[in-house]
Amino acid sequence: MSDDTMAEAAAEEYQAQTEHEGHDHPSERSYVVIAIVLALLTALEVATFYVEEQLGGLLVPSLMVMMVVKFFLVVAWFMHLRFDGRLFTRVFVSGLVLAVGVYAVALTTFRFW
Amino acid sequence: MSVSEQAAPVAATAGPGTHPDHVPHDATAPAHHTNTGLSNEKLGMWLFLGSECLLFGGLISAFLLYRTKDVEGMAGPAVADLYDIPFTSVSSFVLLMSSLTMVLALSAIQRADHRRARTWLLTTAMLGASFVAGQVYEFTAFVREGLGYTTNLQSSAFYTLTGFHGVHVTIGILMLVSLFVMSLRGRLGAEKAETVEIIGLYWHFVDIVWIIIFTLIYLVPA
Repeated sequence: MSDDTMAEAAAEEYQAQTEHEGHDHPSERSYVVIAIVLALLTALEVATFYVEEQLGGLLVPSLMVMMVVKFFLVVAWFMHLRFDGRLFTRVFVSGLVLAVGVYAVALTTFRFW
Repeated sequence: MSVSEQAAPVAATAGPGTHPDHVPHDATAPAHHTNTGLSNEKLGMWLFLGSECLLFGGLISAFLLYRTKDVEGMAGPAVADLYDIPFTSVSSFVLLMSSLTMVLALSAIQRADHRRARTWLLTTAMLGASFVAGQVYEFTAFVREGLGYTTNLQSSAFYTLTGFHGVHVTIGILMLVSLFVMSLRGRLGAEKAETVEIIGLYWHFVDIVWIIIFTLIYLVPA
């Protein structure tokens, strides 16, 4: 088998394996679009620092929303959870939910809120 | 020409009707030979990342608690008084863009385009190194302002949290450089795309942890 064929076969085998894990990788264009959205959200986050007083009570909720959206975009698209096997999502979300739950209780115990 | 230098345009095999935004796969090909049909290595990385949520959750919670505790009688300056938000914003942007270059490296290796994969891997490592350099600069500036590791509770919590994150980024850089060297030596063929993907998962996780740290620690007022 020639080197060309071996390289192509290896790439195709990897693609086939990922297909069985349930994912269908996005194109490079999609990755760039996601990165632009992430950059814009970061710019918006930084902008809130300069208009803190004007935003008042909206400051923290708006920062939280932007943080969650950025988190979701990276996990879903760059980490491929949107396209991957559900088991990966369950494993990661279990750890995340456990962490949020445990530390929410811990902070409440110390009267953080 | 070696196997690793070949460019196998798998994406170019897309048939009519294939969504243009997605790389197609052969649905009749074999799955992983595991009980779950999934890659054990990838599952292991996801388990590790799930457990890392608890580590960083603890460190973030500790800082949130200490930054409002005993502020009146506290020795040294408050951490929040020393933040340089424009500088940290640029660092955050650099780390965010390193996630883009990481997925582009993965995309290239999946197509067996090794030259481009090496370029993106090196770019990712360099962006990560810039971020760590920024962190070292920030720490140095803080120490010059009189905020050492043991100055007060919030400084200890701050340095521990951001320091742990910096160590994670550094480990990621070492893994990326290893991949780059493997590729140079022709030992990172298309069959190793999953290795790049797994290291990419770690890298993106480090990025999402910073997304949280940047918002909760730097931008949300105490």
